[in-house]
Amino acid sequence: MAKSALLKSSIAKKYWMALTGLFLCLFLAGHLAGNLQLIFGDALQFNKYALFMTSNPAVKLLSYVTYISILFHAVDGFMLTYQNVKARPVGYAKSNPGANSSFSSRNMAILGTLILVFIVTHMVNFWAKMHFDKNMPLQTITVEAMGQKQDLYLTTNEGYLPVQQVAKSYDEATKSGLQTYIENRTEFYNTQAKVKVGEGYKDLHKITVAFFKDAKYGLIATILYVIAMAVLAFHLLHGFQSAFQSLGLNNPNWTPKIKFFGTAFAIVVPLLFAIIPVYIHFFLK
Amino acid sequence: MSAAKNINITLKIWRQKNSKAKGNLETYKLNDVSTASSFLEMLDQLNEQLINDKIEPIAFDHDCREGICGMCSLYINGRAHGPDTGITTCQLHMRMFKDGDTIFVEPWRSRAFPVIKDLVVDRSAFDRIQQAGGFVSVNTSGNTIDANATPIAKDDADKAFMAAACIGCGACVATCKNGSAMLFVGAKVSQYALLPQGKVEATNRVLNMVRQMDEEGFGNCTNTGACEVECPKGISLENIARMNREYLKASVK
Ligand code: HEM
Ligand code: SF4
Ligand code: FES
Repeated sequence: MAKSALLKSSIAKKYWMALTGLFLCLFLAGHLAGNLQLIFGDALQFNKYALFMTSNPAVKLLSYVTYISILFHAVDGFMLTYQNVKARPVGYAKSNPGANSSFSSRNMAILGTLILVFIVTHMVNFWAKMHFDKNMPLQTITVEAMGQKQDLYLTTNEGYLPVQQVAKSYDEATKSGLQTYIENRTEFYNTQAKVKVGEGYKDLHKITVAFFKDAKYGLIATILYVIAMAVLAFHLLHGFQSAFQSLGLNNPNWTPKIKFFGTAFAIVVPLLFAIIPVYIHFFLK
Repeated sequence: MSAAKNINITLKIWRQKNSKAKGNLETYKLNDVSTASSFLEMLDQLNEQLINDKIEPIAFDHDCREGICGMCSLYINGRAHGPDTGITTCQLHMRMFKDGDTIFVEPWRSRAFPVIKDLVVDRSAFDRIQQAGGFVSVNTSGNTIDANATPIAKDDADKAFMAAACIGCGACVATCKNGSAMLFVGAKVSQYALLPQGKVEATNRVLNMVRQMDEEGFGNCTNTGACEVECPKGISLENIARMNREYLKASVK
């Protein structure tokens, strides 16, 4: 990067916008594939997937790239927008922008800011619980043996532990004399030996279903989620094809194909995302 | 086409004494405007009326009045060069308006195009961008090579000609919600990038022109495509993409 600053110039900022934006499109596709297991998979499959996503080193690396991309995309977007607003200090008394440009293309910053608000609340509701919540439940199954119902913790090595025989902490275990207790949110320990005997699955499935089925807030959460996906759709309707133009790809051969694929992506991906909470709220038993 | 008739219109026109003054929209009524007249002729008619009424006439830019010089500007009823596409304001005709219409007339609005007076803006920022790299250095000491001696692929020549059609009017900046000059600069960069004569200085050209463009305070392109729609010369967005490619190439060199 000889004579140009590959960060400062208007065009360079657009390269970064496009690269981070397209990476986030890939992220969306991956995230969607995971979420669809809420409809097409069972709780265990979904929780296994969630565990994989929070522990696999390659996925971890990708997740850091995603966090950085979102931050960079947002900061860069705000900087561009600030400069763009400054570029026209006196506006027009009468203007007719609909005559020459699309709604999405003119409102990328507003749409993006709404997406940012969504991402933050979304991470507070799910990501933060998954990563930090002390009360994150572990997955159990209910079995019926000889007319008796019993709840069992599932362990990652395909084992079972009766819920009644597991204390919530070491202190509780010593008081109640239980053989097993939970340490570090997910690990089952033997009380006498103080050694790890297994590990449970964080029940993200349960948290998610409870969130969208909540008697008080489930409906509004579902509606807001659907609205957020509509906002994302509009952002992508312009953004996907725009990124290729920013990177310098515009020719009669490729551009129509990119625009077609971009439009399909912008409609199908947010739509599938939005169907999931609607399904959970209204149709999941 | 139906025969010309006369219409009565109301005009809301931006008046501003000088670059420092605040400025405001003034309302003028103008009767008996022939629909066969051009928009600028209508303004001439208004100015005659103003002079007769002892009001200072409205300053507006114009020169060739046949769509080739790029001097005429004007944001008319919310659109650069008014309600038609592929034309400059001097090519806009009053038949595009109806009897009783109210027409807003404003100057180009951009930090980089400050108003000098009324509807006249200072577009010398474009000149400075051009001076930063929009040229080829040719030895003119008597042994210049005839341009036709250098073979150029027809396709490239056509594209370069199409880019060179830009008349520097600034409608792209005026209509862009970001006040971005990328269509203009894209055209100027492309015009040379496509030709062998321009390749020699291609790296510095694109870096210097883009730097000058940024320094002048133009906004950043968000690919809304408004410029392409309003450009009187049909300059395509492909030229912006080509500039982006050229810039990337030059940056990693
Ligand atoms: C998953 C989330 C997101 C995806 C997939 C995404 C995708 C994209 C893409 C592909 C572009 C086009 C880039 C270009 O024109 O070169 C774009 C542009 C933009 N995005 Fe996002 N974006 C997301 C979130 C956000 C957020 C959170 C913000 C801001 C707070 C934001 C603000 C913007 C802005 C302002 C632009 C227009 C920039 C320009 O064209 O100069 N986006 N986005
Ligand atoms: S690109 Fe078109 S609108 Fe912009 S200055 Fe050139 S001729 Fe005018
Ligand atoms: S006056 Fe020359 S282009 Fe309009």
